[in-house]
This record gives sequence, C-alpha cells and structure tokens, in this order.
Amino acid sequence: MVKRNPYEQNYYPPVPTKLTRWSRVSLIWQTFRFIILNIKILRMVRKH
Amino acid sequence: MAKLVILGAGIAGHTAALHARRKLGRQHEIIVIAPNSKWNWIPSNIWVGVGWMKPEQVTFELAPVYKKQHITFKQARAVSIHPQGDKDHAQPFVSIEYTHPDKAGQSEQVEYDYLINATGPKLNFAATEGLGPDKNSLSVCTYGHAHQTAGVLREKIERMKKGEHLKFVVGTGHGMCTCQGAAFEYIFNLEFELQKAGVRDKATITWLSNEVELGDFGIGGMLLKRGGYITHSRIFAESLFTERGLNWITQAHVTRVEKDRTHYELLNGETGVIEHDFAMLLPPFSGVGLKAYDKNGGDITSELFAANGFMKVDADYSPKPYDQWKPSDWPKTYQNPQYKNIFAVGIAFAPPHGISKPMKSPNGTPINPTPPRTGMPSGVMGRIVAYSIVDMIKGKNKPLREASMANMGAACIASAGAGLFNGSGVSMTMYPIIPDFEKYPETGRDIKYTTGEIGLAGHWIKHALHFAFIYKAKALPLWMAVPE
Ligand SMILES: Cc1cc2nc3c(=O)[nH]c(=O)nc-3n(C[C@H](O)[C@H](O)[C@H](O)COP(=O)(O)OP(=O)(O)OC[C@H]3O[C@@H](n4cnc5c(N)ncnc54)[C@H](O)[C@@H]3O)c2cc1C
Repeated sequence: MVKRNPYEQNYYPPVPTKLTRWSRVSLIWQTFRFIILNIKILRMVRKH
Repeated sequence: MAKLVILGAGIAGHTAALHARRKLGRQHEIIVIAPNSKWNWIPSNIWVGVGWMKPEQVTFELAPVYKKQHITFKQARAVSIHPQGDKDHAQPFVSIEYTHPDKAGQSEQVEYDYLINATGPKLNFAATEGLGPDKNSLSVCTYGHAHQTAGVLREKIERMKKGEHLKFVVGTGHGMCTCQGAAFEYIFNLEFELQKAGVRDKATITWLSNEVELGDFGIGGMLLKRGGYITHSRIFAESLFTERGLNWITQAHVTRVEKDRTHYELLNGETGVIEHDFAMLLPPFSGVGLKAYDKNGGDITSELFAANGFMKVDADYSPKPYDQWKPSDWPKTYQNPQYKNIFAVGIAFAPPHGISKPMKSPNGTPINPTPPRTGMPSGVMGRIVAYSIVDMIKGKNKPLREASMANMGAACIASAGAGLFNGSGVSMTMYPIIPDFEKYPETGRDIKYTTGEIGLAGHWIKHALHFAFIYKAKALPLWMAVPE
C-alpha cells in the first residue's frame, strides 16, 4: 500500500485495494478482460 | 489515367496509399513522397525509449513494400504546393526536395490530379528555449529520439545503482502541447523500468504538463463508469499516479529548459523551477511548413493553411468562444474548401479549435492542450479519403465519404509497463472523440462506449497491436482485415 501523508497531493485520490491489484495481474481474470476489451474495441471500430 | 500524390508515409498517408492501391487499377499512378526511408510504428517508440525494444523492431524500409504494391516512392520532402500549376505546368504540382542519399538536394516538380497531405507534425522544439534532444531535454517522438533517451536512461540507472538519488521529469515542454497520452505512457514505463532495475527508491519522478487537471489528455478528460460511479478521468489518473508514487504539476507552460532544471509558468501566473537529472518533455506540434503558390508565383500559403501551418479542410474555422463550440465544427470529408482535389488527413489537417477549454495565465500565456489526432482516427481518415478519391477517379457520382471525429470513437491503450506477465496497460475507449453535450447532456459522451480500466490485458492488447499494425503496414497477406 502507498504511504500517504495528510494534506499532501497523494492523500486524496482513491488507491486500489489488494484485491483490485491482484485482479489486474490475475491471468484468468485478465484473459477474460482481454476478450471483453477486444470486443469493445471492435464494436467501436465497426462504427467506422 | 489519374495521378494521386500522397505527402507523408505515416499512419494516415501510408494507410491512404495502401487502400487507394487496393481499389485502383494499375493504369492509375499512386506516388508517395516522404523524407524518411523507414515506416515507424510511433506508439511503440515508448518501449524504445525505455530500452525494451530496439529501433529495428518498430521500423521497416518502405521502398520494398511500395515496390510490391506498385506505388511509386520518392524519398523526398515536399516544399510547396502549386494548386493552379504555373507558367510551365498546366497541371497542379508539388515541389519536392530529395532526401534519398543518391539524390540528396535535388528538386523536382511532381504533377497530380489528386493530392493528400498527410505530413503529420513538425516537432517544434524551438518554441521553448533549451527544449529538445539537441539541447537539454529528451524526446520519444521519433525512433531516433527514443533510442537516444534509452541510452541516457541506462546511464542514469547505473548511477542510481551506485547509490545516487536522481530526479526525473516527464511531460510537455510548452503550454500548447498535445499528445499528453504519449508522455503519460512514458512516465509509467519509466517507473516500471526503474522498479525492474531495483532502483525505484532512488528516483523522484514528477509529471509536468499543460493539462488543467491530470487525465485531461487534450480531450477535456472524460467521464466514465467505474465501480458504481460515473467518474472523471482525473480521478482515474490521479489514482494511478498515487499508486505508482509519482508527483504531478499541471497547468504548466514550460518557459525554459536548462541542463539540470526546467522553468515554468502556471495558469495562476506563478512561476516555478524544477530540478532534474533526466527530462523527457514533448514539444508542441505545428504544420511542417509547406508553402503554397498560385499560377503567377504569388504566395497563397494563408489560403491553404491555417496560421499553425496545418491545412484547412471542411471545418468551421470561424473564431468562437468555448461555450459555442459544436461537434459540427469538426471536418467530415477532409477536403480543402477551395481546391476540391486536395485533402488533408491525420495530424496535417487544421482542427477548428481545441477540445480542451482554452485558458490563459494572468500574463496572457495560453496554457491548454491542443487537440490530439491519434493513430486510430488518423488511419480512418486516411482510408475514407482514399475511398472518396477512388470514387472521384472512377467517376462515381457519390457524395464524399465522411469520418468526423465528432462521430468517431477511439480506443487508447496506454502502456503502463512492459512485461508479458507483470506488465500493465490503461485501456480507454471513448465515443465520440469530440464531446457532444447536446446528444449526451450528462456526460458529453456515450457512457456505454466510454470506459477505462487498468491491467495486464491492456499490455497484451498494446503488444498485439504492435505486431498487427506492423503486419498491416507491410501489406502482408490479408492486411486489410486489420482495422485502422
Ligand atoms: C511517442 C508517441 C506515442 C504515441 N502513441 C500513440 C498510441 O499509443 N496510440 C495512438 O493512437 N496514437 C499514438 N500517438 C499518436 C500517433 O503517432 C499519431 O496520431 C499518428 O502518427 C498521426 O499520423 P500522421 O500520419 O498524421 O502523422 P505521422 O505518423 O507523423 O506521419 C507523417 C509523415 O509525413 C512525413 N513528412 C513530414 N514532413 C514531410 C514533408 N515536408 N513532405 C512529405 N512528407 C513529410 C513524415 O516523414 C511521415 O512519414 C503517439 C505519438 C507519439 C509521438
């Protein structure tokens, strides 16, 4: 977890929890996201 | 027989050339004029800039591809456009100066029936004192700059390994820069490389940019759906900066870069100085400085080009305040209003105005991003303009094809660290690129298509795109199946 000091710039933004950080590198979850993101991008591209 | 001349072999020009060739019979000539012998997949220059890729992995020679495609390639720089011809030429023509070593310095007049200007940006380092890789800062805009940057980074890492603490600054080198996305990718890749090298604790890394807030990206930021909220990209960006331990200074116009420090002015009029051992600051962009002349040799540059050097097309250029900007101001066909056989695509066309709100410091210094024209829209513009010209050549009485950025989405995949299993990427999609608060009053964009997420999948997509776009640009079998 990032060390944050009150009233400093980095005190205010949300930071990811351990679970979120794990999900960002989980091969199973990221393979699923890879598929979803590609579908999203293709749908976007098809609009043109 | 018609002659199509394309100036520039970047994402927009090269895409236009390949699509035009695919649709036009060999009796029609296609000529590409570009000063560099190589094609460069510019988005991967980020990885060259941290030493993860070599320049050879992001470039290839254009001449063999064009030879195979029956496209004439002249390795030269266009200097001027003569849309009415002159006393010796009944036809319109372009004056070029060769850069190919065998013909360096020679000039030629190349006649055309149709002209596409896809010359991209001039990297205007001269706009800021001391800015640029020949002076006091680094760049990743070309593969050459990126390679140089990687070399400097290697030296700094060695120094940190010996125990020194160093300061890194990454961002934009002028108040009117665009392309913040590229600097954003660089800062995260830099941070990732320092972690990998085991010297992250020896580095202070600061973002310095002309955005009004983090996450503006020159598109006024975006509202997206995240974790049960509709939130601004600022929150998204600030979160990532915090997570990776990066500091940020926004609303900054860099006034001078010295060897070890950068001076800046802020939107509130205050000035500041930041010390650095390494500064990667992007330059502002302008047009490449093409001139235009009429039949009698009179200078008509200001008729064809806006003051920033970009070419005028079918946009609404009437000056308007921010609250009167409309999506319909943006061009649709990219045709020059005066010369119907001239088009400009990619970064080369003059935008009607910004996307981010214009702002000035109390001293009158403009500090706001100028509008980005990223790879995906540049490629789409190249394709639709090629199709429009093909229709005109074939005598099809069809309206011109349209691809307005106000009616086009974009996928921006920003690398945040290169590694097959531990890398990361920020995947953002938006629709439309130009916000439309009439159609989407609450968010300016379609919230279904405007998304952002962080994860390894983003790195995989970015890496896959690297191979897919180089495959396509080499015009290998079924290249046209890879969308722009
Ligand atoms: C470091 C970096 C990273 C980026 N990453 C991304 C990304 O991840 N995703 C994304 O979508 N976009 C990205 N972009 C933006 C993207 O590279 C541009 O949108 C795109 O290159 C624009 O295409 P273009 O054809 O208009 O210009 P360019 O690709 O710059 O091509 C211009 C061409 O014109 C030629 N030329 C220049 N002067 C002349 C002349 N006088 N006569 C003839 N030819 C001339 C040049 O040699 C070149 O061939 C990035 C940009 C940078 C700098």
